[in-house]
Amino acid sequence: MMSLRQFAKHLVVLVGLTALPMISNAGDLGPVPPKAKTKASEKTECVEPISEMRKNHMSFLKHKRDETMREGVRTKTHSLTECIDCHVTPKKNGEFARIGDSEHFCSSCHNYAAVNVDCFDCHSDLPEGASNKLHSLNKKNPHHKELAANGSLTKETLNVLTEGDNK
Amino acid sequence: MSPTKSDHKTDQYRRKFLAQSAAVAGLSIAPGIVLNQVAHAKADSDKASDTNRWGMLIDTNKCSKGCTDCVTACQDENGWGTGETHSSKEQQAQWIRKVTITDKQTGHVQSLPLMCQHCETAPCVDVCPTGASMQRKDGIVQVDKHICIGCRYCMMACPYKARSFIHEKLELQKATAPRGIGTVESCNMCAHRVDKDQNPACVEACSKAEHGAMIFGDLKDANSAISIELKKHGGEQIRADLGLNTGVRYQGL
Repeated sequence: MMSLRQFAKHLVVLVGLTALPMISNAGDLGPVPPKAKTKASEKTECVEPISEMRKNHMSFLKHKRDETMREGVRTKTHSLTECIDCHVTPKKNGEFARIGDSEHFCSSCHNYAAVNVDCFDCHSDLPEGASNKLHSLNKKNPHHKELAANGSLTKETLNVLTEGDNK
Repeated sequence: MSPTKSDHKTDQYRRKFLAQSAAVAGLSIAPGIVLNQVAHAKADSDKASDTNRWGMLIDTNKCSKGCTDCVTACQDENGWGTGETHSSKEQQAQWIRKVTITDKQTGHVQSLPLMCQHCETAPCVDVCPTGASMQRKDGIVQVDKHICIGCRYCMMACPYKARSFIHEKLELQKATAPRGIGTVESCNMCAHRVDKDQNPACVEACSKAEHGAMIFGDLKDANSAISIELKKHGGEQIRADLGLNTGVRYQGL
């Protein structure tokens, strides 16, 4: 007959073993979107409360897109460009995550929820200016090589592209 | 969102009042001096209004034959001209191009930029089955790519061949000029710049190159530089016979 103490010990082990996979999988329970840039902080929230954004960001974007595109309203609130500028941040290695990459702000959730977005068929998935960084990282990409060969890149971009080539 | 809406209204009234007082001030700076244009300073929250009709006047005699500054400026501003690596030259986007015409009888050669003519009764808007090809209240004709299905009726309908279709996946577009596969695009008179009271990129480049062949302005404002010039010297429409009342006019054709 098991003493009460022994039973308690077994119970702890059993509960521990059952909980282990749950704890180790805790990170996989939901998407982990990267933190926004300086504009948003602990004090300043996103343009709408986070819960509201999670649920309704698509409606805000759609409303805004029609206002801007068809009526010429150029306010920044709810503009996709502003979302991208603030939320698409470089990864730890300084590289920018692209759409489709789970480290990209939009993809972090959209991949998880398996919801396709076609915004980025036309809109850039990176903040403007971040592309220089990208060119330097994708030097071997023939597409970018061709761009450079056309002489259509700015001097700055070319410098970034060719930096380290002579080393 | 309702509080922002009401703020918006109040702001509009305020702005209207300020604009009116500015207009009065502008007209009475000194006797004999009348300002051509009072900066109307469209606020970001203002909508494009039918009190304006944006237009362009191009003097072909001032347009330099070898110069393509307007084309290059448009490419830089809107991000076309590179990136379509799999498309043939005929397929690649072209928002504005330089056209050279020669009079066979006299041998007179003229050079002019040709782009969307921003017709009042635009055939592209007329034929669009989804409403993507649209005209803003201020007369700017453009494609709403959100609802464009890429049928290319508008390209067929346009007498100026001003529109292009994007055949391949693009990336790293300009934030102010989103463009992508399966949609039609054309000159939108740099609507994003116009909304900030700036001239379109081509016009700016032309005056930077000191040709000054292009004037941009409000056709509905009798005191704008473009209206004054049109009143004084007139301006022709290309294919005026079609009765489209184009926003882009030419001199010296």
